[in-house]
This record gives sequence, C-alpha cells and structure tokens, in this order.
Amino acid sequence: MMLIPCPFCGKRNESEFIFGGPVVAARPDPNAVSDAEWVEYLTIAPNPLGPVQEKWWHARGCGEWLTIWRDTRTHDIVEAPNGSE
Amino acid sequence: MAQSNRRASGGRIDRNRPVRFQFNGKSYEGYEGDTLASALLANGVRVTARSFKYHRPRGIVGHGPEEPATLVELDGEDASGNRPATTVPLRDGLSARSVNCWPSPDFDVSGINQLFARFIPAGFYYKTFKWPNWHLFEPTIRKAAGLAAAPAQPPSSGHFEARHAHADVLIAGAGPAGLQAALEAGRAGKRVFIADEGTEAGGSLLNRNLTINGQPAMDWVADAVQELRGMGNVTHLQNATVWAYREHNLLIVNEREPEQGSVLERSWRVRAGEVVIATGATERAMVFADNDRPGVMLASSVQAYVNRWGVAPGQRVVLFTNNNSVYAVAADLVAAGVTVEAILDSRDTVPQEALDTAQGITVHTGTVAAGVKGHKRLRAVHAVSAKSGADTWIDCDLLGHSGGWNPTVHLWSQSRSPLRFDEDLSAFVPDAAAQACRAIGAAAGDLTLDRIVQGGLDLPYAIEPLWRVDVPGQRGKAFLDLQNDVSVSDVQLALREGYDNVEHVKRYTTGGMGIDQGKTGNINIIGTVAMQKGVPLQDVGTTTFRSPYTPVSFGAIGGLREESVLFPYRHTPVTQWNKDNGAVMYEAGARWRRPGYFPKPGEGLQEAVNRECLAVREGVGVYDGSPLGTFELKGRDVPRFLDFLYSNVMSSLKPGDGRYGLMLSDDGLILDDGVAFRLDEHRWMVSTSTGHADAVNQHMEKLLQTEFPDWQVMITTVTSQWNNATICGPRARDVMQALGTDIDLSPEAFPFMSFRDGTVAGIPARVVRVSFTGELSFEVNVAPRHMAELWAKVMEAGAPFGILPVGSESSHVLRVEKGFLSLGHEVDGTVDAYDLSMGWVMSKKKPDYLGKRSVALRREGGSTRRELVGILPGDPNRQVPEGAPLTLGGRKEATEGLVTACVWSVVNERWVGLALLENGHARHGETAHVRLKDGVIPITIAKPVFHDPDGKLLRS
Ligand SMILES: [Zn+2]
Repeated sequence: MMLIPCPFCGKRNESEFIFGGPVVAARPDPNAVSDAEWVEYLTIAPNPLGPVQEKWWHARGCGEWLTIWRDTRTHDIVEAPNGSE
Repeated sequence: MAQSNRRASGGRIDRNRPVRFQFNGKSYEGYEGDTLASALLANGVRVTARSFKYHRPRGIVGHGPEEPATLVELDGEDASGNRPATTVPLRDGLSARSVNCWPSPDFDVSGINQLFARFIPAGFYYKTFKWPNWHLFEPTIRKAAGLAAAPAQPPSSGHFEARHAHADVLIAGAGPAGLQAALEAGRAGKRVFIADEGTEAGGSLLNRNLTINGQPAMDWVADAVQELRGMGNVTHLQNATVWAYREHNLLIVNEREPEQGSVLERSWRVRAGEVVIATGATERAMVFADNDRPGVMLASSVQAYVNRWGVAPGQRVVLFTNNNSVYAVAADLVAAGVTVEAILDSRDTVPQEALDTAQGITVHTGTVAAGVKGHKRLRAVHAVSAKSGADTWIDCDLLGHSGGWNPTVHLWSQSRSPLRFDEDLSAFVPDAAAQACRAIGAAAGDLTLDRIVQGGLDLPYAIEPLWRVDVPGQRGKAFLDLQNDVSVSDVQLALREGYDNVEHVKRYTTGGMGIDQGKTGNINIIGTVAMQKGVPLQDVGTTTFRSPYTPVSFGAIGGLREESVLFPYRHTPVTQWNKDNGAVMYEAGARWRRPGYFPKPGEGLQEAVNRECLAVREGVGVYDGSPLGTFELKGRDVPRFLDFLYSNVMSSLKPGDGRYGLMLSDDGLILDDGVAFRLDEHRWMVSTSTGHADAVNQHMEKLLQTEFPDWQVMITTVTSQWNNATICGPRARDVMQALGTDIDLSPEAFPFMSFRDGTVAGIPARVVRVSFTGELSFEVNVAPRHMAELWAKVMEAGAPFGILPVGSESSHVLRVEKGFLSLGHEVDGTVDAYDLSMGWVMSKKKPDYLGKRSVALRREGGSTRRELVGILPGDPNRQVPEGAPLTLGGRKEATEGLVTACVWSVVNERWVGLALLENGHARHGETAHVRLKDGVIPITIAKPVFHDPDGKLLRS
C-alpha cells in the first residue's frame, strides 16, 4: 500500500484515495478535431514503464483531486521529470 | 517407552509441566516448551509423514519454518491444515494428524505410488491436465496427492484483530543482530518495533551453546529483552512473523496468540521509517541418494533438538558437511553424550580451527554420503571418497547434514532489493537496498556470532560448495524439494525439455512451490541448473521471493474486516417502522437496507406487490425515497457546469423549476439519470439514482477540480440531510390536504417538475413534484429528525384513503408499467439516448457537452442498434425471466436482444416487459421469440409504455 502525498493532509495511506487514471492531454474542442483525433483522445492513455503522472482523489480525506508522478516499475513517488509540471 | 529420547537434563522446556497430546490417534507426553516436532522426536517417533507425490515415508527434517517434510493437520479448537510440525507449540490436549497418509504414515496404501514413480515426472501436470480431458484426471489426483483440507468450522471462540502501527525503525528478527539493533535504536530514543517469529527471543542462540564475554549467550539475550521491556519507545513482539514487505516500507506482521484471552491472531500493518532485516540464515540440505529417509536431518536441527529441547534424535550420529558449522554441532553432541561416529566432509582440507572444535571425532575428508540404508529407520550411511571412489558403510541411526547457509533474504527481496552471489559464502546475499532498509547479521552474510556481538565467541565460517553429490554408482532418488518430491532427475528432465530459465524450472517441476517455499532446497535447484548448464550461479539467479514468507491464516488477513464491519448498512429513520410493520428488508443498492414488500400474514410476494401497486394506481401509496443521492451545487458557474454535465439544457430553468436529464461520460455511455432543480439564482439541487450517488459525486468533483478549476461551483452532498416520503397515486393530493400544508397544491400553482418550500403537517418541508411511478406524486422532503414523525402522520392522514407503504418490488413494477428506465436494467453501457427513444434529451443547441461527440460518432457508423421496446408474452400468464435471450425465430442462433424486465401489470392484468432488441423501434406489432431451455416463447413487440402513455396522470 503506497503512501500518497496530499498537499493538504500530508502522506496518507493509499486506501484513503481513489485512482483517477493517468493525466492525459487536455480535452480538445470536440468540434475542431477529426474523428481519429477524438478517438485517440478518448482511448489512448499513457502507460509507460517508468514515471507516469496520475490523478488521485483523496476521497476519504479532504476531497482534493491531486496529481503525483509514480514510477510504474517501483511504485516510488518521484519528482516530475525535467520539463514537466 | 515414554520420551525415550529425552535427555536427563537440559533444554528450555519445563519438566515440571508435562503435556499430553495425540498424534495420528496415539497418545504421547511432552513438556511445556516443546514443539510438536521436538515432542515426537523425544518419543522416538521416526516416521511422521508421507511425501506428496510418491508417499515415501518421511521424518522430521528441520526445527523451524524451513521444515519441508512433516506437515500436520490440527483437530478440534486448533483446527488448521498444513502446519509444519516444527512450528506447532505443544499444549495440553493438542491433537494432530499427518497429512497425505491414510490410515497412518507407517502403513500407507498409497505407498504403492512409488512403483509408478516413473509415470509422475517433471511437467506431469502440464502434460496430463490438458484440455479437453483434464477434468477426468483431476479428482483422482487430488484424492491421492492432496494436502490437508480447510477446517470445516471457524474457531468457536475468539477473534482475529488488525492493528496499525508506525515506527522509526522496524526490526524483523530478535536474534543477536536484531536485539543489538533494537537496543541501539531504543537507546537513541527512536520508536522501535521489533518482531520475531519464535516463541522466545534469541534466534540461533537458542539452539547453540555460545558465550558472550565469557557468559552464556542466552544470559545476554535475557538482559537485552529486559532492557527493551523497560523502554516505552519499543514494541517487542514474539511469536510474530514479519511476512510481507510492501511498497513504501509497509510491513505486515502476523502475531499469534498475542495475549491470554479472546484474540487468536493479530495482523499488524506497520509503516516504518527504516527497516532492519535481521532474519538470520537458513541451513540448506545436501543432495544425495535417499536424502529424504527418516533419520536424515539438517545438522543445525539436530543441534537445536539437543540444546534447546533436551532431545537426542539419535544415539549414533554421522554428520555430512561441506562447511565448518557442523563441527560445532559435533562438539555439542559429544557434550550431550551422543556418539558421533564420523564427520564426512566433502572438502579435501578442513580448516584447523574446525578440527580443533571436534577433537576426538573421526573426520573423513574428501568424502561424501552417497546413500543410506534403512527404509523407515536409518541403519547406515554409504561414505564414498570423491577422489578414489573407495567406499564404506558406517552404521548409525541419524545422519545430520549441512550444505551450508543461506542468508534469509525473503523480506529483503520482497522490498525489491537485489541479491548478489557471494563466492566466499556460496550464497546469495543482499546487494544495494531499493527501499529504506538494511540487512544485518546472518541475513547480511555475517554468519557467526563474533561478527555480530562484541565479545561473542564462534567458530569462523568456511565453505566449499557442493550442489549435489555426483559419484558413480549412486542409486535412489536425490531430492531437491522434499515437500513436492522434486528430485535431481526431474530438474534434468526439465532442462532437456527446454525449460532452462530458473522460473520455468520452478513451475515445470513444482520445485520450491510448497508451503516451505523451498527454504532448504531452492539453492540446490539453482546449483543443479548451474552445473548442468556450466554457468555460474549468479547467471542462473533466484526465483522471485514473494509474500508470505511463511503461511498466514485467512482469518488473520481478514481480521475484523468482515462484511458488516467493513461495509455497514445504511438505514433511513423509517427502518424501525418498516420492521414493525412486517416489511421484508433487503439491500437495494449502495448498501441501503430497504423494505422489499409488506406482506400481510399468509401473503406471498406477488400478492403483496399486487396489492401495493393497485393502491398506487387506484388510491394512494407512499414510499421512503430518502436514499436517493442528493447534491446541492452553489456558485455562479453552476448553469454552464450542468449544461456540460447533462446532455440537455439545464441553464434555462427558472428558480423553482426542475428537469429530468441524462448524464453521459465523454465516451458516450449513459452514466446516470436524474433531476436537477434550480433553488435560486446560484443554488441548485441535483438528484441521482441511489446506486450511483458516490460515482456521480466523484465524476463532478473530478471535472471541477481537474478540468475547470477556475469555475465557481461548490458541491455539497446532502443525501443524508434530506429524507423524503413520496406520496403517490390519484388520491395523493387528498392526503396532502389532510396532512395540512401552506403550499397551494393546485396543478396550476404547483405544476409537475417544480418544487415549493413550506410546511407539511406543521413540519418545515420542501415538496417536489416528480414522479417515478407515473402517478400524481408529492415528494415531501424534511430534515431527518422529522422523518419518523412525518411518516407516522402520512400513514394517519392517508388511512381514510387506504394508503399503503410501497417497497422496492412495487416500485420496480410501477416503473416498468410506465417504461421508466432503470440503470443496470435497460441502461447497460451499450445503449444511448436514441436507442431509448429519448433523442429529445440530446441537445442540438449546445455546441459541446460530455458525450455529445462520441454518441454522434458512434451513430454515424450506421451499425445495427439494440433499441428499447415493450414486450407482451403471447401467453399473458407466462412470465419471461429477466435476462432471457431473444433470438431470430427462437432458433439456436446469436441473440438479437434480451429481456430487461418482466412484471405482472396490475392495470393490464397480464405480464408485460421491456427488452432491448435489434432495430426494435421499427418492429412494433411484430412477433419476436424468447429462447429458453424449456422452449421458445413468442412475444409481441410493443411501445415500451403500458400505462397512461400520454403522461396525463403524473401532470394532473
Ligand atoms: Zn487530503
């Protein structure tokens, strides 16, 4: 069980959180993209072997949606890679 | 003879407290402080088990959790299966049976399996249990080669418990290294959590005769335990196994019999700043022909029985080794009056300090054991010179062997920290740590006491590896894994058949997959593979060490987290009234405990439901709608948020009005349906279906916090702040008037899909005109503290009109008659609003909302859709089961749809239903067919509404 850092509550047990999937590209204007681009937005999520940015909801805590960078190989919560937020 | 092998004195047992126990139906005596294994050895019981596959006779091999051979099943209050006899503390009245051997290990009909041994080679399971015939073999094999059965009953008293703890330092193991680390950390003021699997602290010191600064080492242990007990910052547990090392330094500890009283086992989840792994080392077996015979034991275990339990497992002992540790064993045996016939050492030269330790004992260097005589009782060992081949038989009744020592790295590896092969120790040892942990003592490869505790005196360790005895003329199976009966020839076969990765070898041969997880034998499998392939052990590598380190009972893992504790039921204030009035209660979504129906004495479900439904259709009924998910949304951006959230337009609503709508996910699936009301300019009330309230809350919060953080919308869950009694039926307005209200109830002043605040029966209330039954309805919402009072008053005011309480069963019938949707029935994740003839809910005006693009995209494809229809069974008295498939012409073909609901309609006096059917909208009036096991039922396809198709009643 991971320890997830909440910006309000500090490190808390994973069981207090609900997983919200990886951070994906911003939602495009659905009227301005092609069918293929729209389908890609909906269905292609990052799934790297290594650091991935994820959304977690502190549902059984303060209610904050937060993001972390998690290394999928180790479960380590890591610093954001250079150039990302 | 009673306890014939018990020494006259010595051992950490209490000779003043004899203990009676049963083993395989026979009665024996032991002492407090014994394990089942030490007591059996004290009583001279040689054959204690039969092996898994070949049913060979087996004895006790080890003295702790590494025991591979003797598994027992405990009876009575202790009922549990597959416990190594070496880890079962003896207590009065204990009753144990060996597994795998009916009727007793001495006389075993399945022993005949040995004759068929060649038919059960490596990969047997994979070669035999193949589709389509595996199920023919399975029952027979299970019977012949099973382990113990699960206990039929849970313990009759006591319970399992879970606890959480936090520590600066968690120490696994209270041997010399662990105790020393605990003292240091404890003195430094750190919060220390130290847990050890043994019933007593001391680790290997319990089994050996060592000194620290000239005093017995166990005195040092007693002092250390005493000092730790005095520290408020130290938690010290014995009989507590650290069995799992998870991510972010979470460790799970299984504490057995933690205190006198009601707790059977306690599961600790400990989050530690640093983890110190002081788990010691495990002796490994030698691999030679018939190394599984009763009387062949690990040398350190012979030593443990002599020193710790005062038991001499044999009188004339031969020792076989490739390392120094056995010489200290020999010295302890001699001191205990046991004859050591010889030491066979595979090394050509033995270090002088080792020889000095075992003065007066014959040592055959460069010599191996290549076989034994004796089937159920050891009679002699075959000693063969590895160089010359010269051989001799040495008479003996016990053979102690040592293939060297493995640091116990299970927890280390579970932490994802890698191992490296140490050539000097011929063992895998901890390499760099992957989490905040370190290994110390024998677990780190410091195998002798002098390297762990200052002033400790010990024989230096030295080893020359011998992975298996390989001399000509060896006959008989040489076992690598005693528990799963895996021999050298099995591994060789696996290699010949191409399974040469060590993980493949493990699965193909099942070597190391037993309850002991190959603690004494895995290294020899790796060694055998390395020898066969001619590569170093480092390149073969280990298999993955996974939790649990030793078996853990399901009770301990579950703890008190059984269903009613983990997921308590939700109740409304009407629960007691429901029970008092004979309601049949059950769960109806999201853990809400609700009334299903209210049968009169002697009445069945259908009669009760018909009565309730008729009341609603012809008079009046009332149901408790409190569990409906309710949210209050505040802020100036709520209108545009709701317009994005729902497929239809909500922003145009005026204060006081509401609208039904659908929520879609962005991939076009229907997430929920519900109603939104505008309370005033910036306040809204949104209701969701009961079962989806939590999911919708998550959905809304996610959107607001991750997509639109600058929008001003605040969400408050108010499901539990509002309870409601929904009065429904043609006489609903009469009941409202009888209750007394300051709200004008006329349809002109208070139309459908609006709400009014006021008082009802003197109680502050918000009355909402929605309808889930198709009848005139008033949903009277009040604060929970007023709900029971309101309910009583409604029943009283409604009595002259014949009001009845309505349960979930009737609600279901009423909504099906009206063709109202139910998520999970008609809405199953494949249908969209158009399939449900609800195209009107998909706004054309709004340029964007969740799901719009995806629904459009999917419909452009022009594929055949399953659409919502009503169904009328050809036989009006025939019910069609929910979920029944519709197939073309009722033939055995791919389905063209399914029945989603079928109820007895009180207004039509026949069965009616709903279904999803391919191109259903264009097929009204046609006949479709339900295909069932007992026949084909023709049904007429109809509009999905069987009552008040124009909706006049609900607006009345
Ligand atoms: Zn938080």
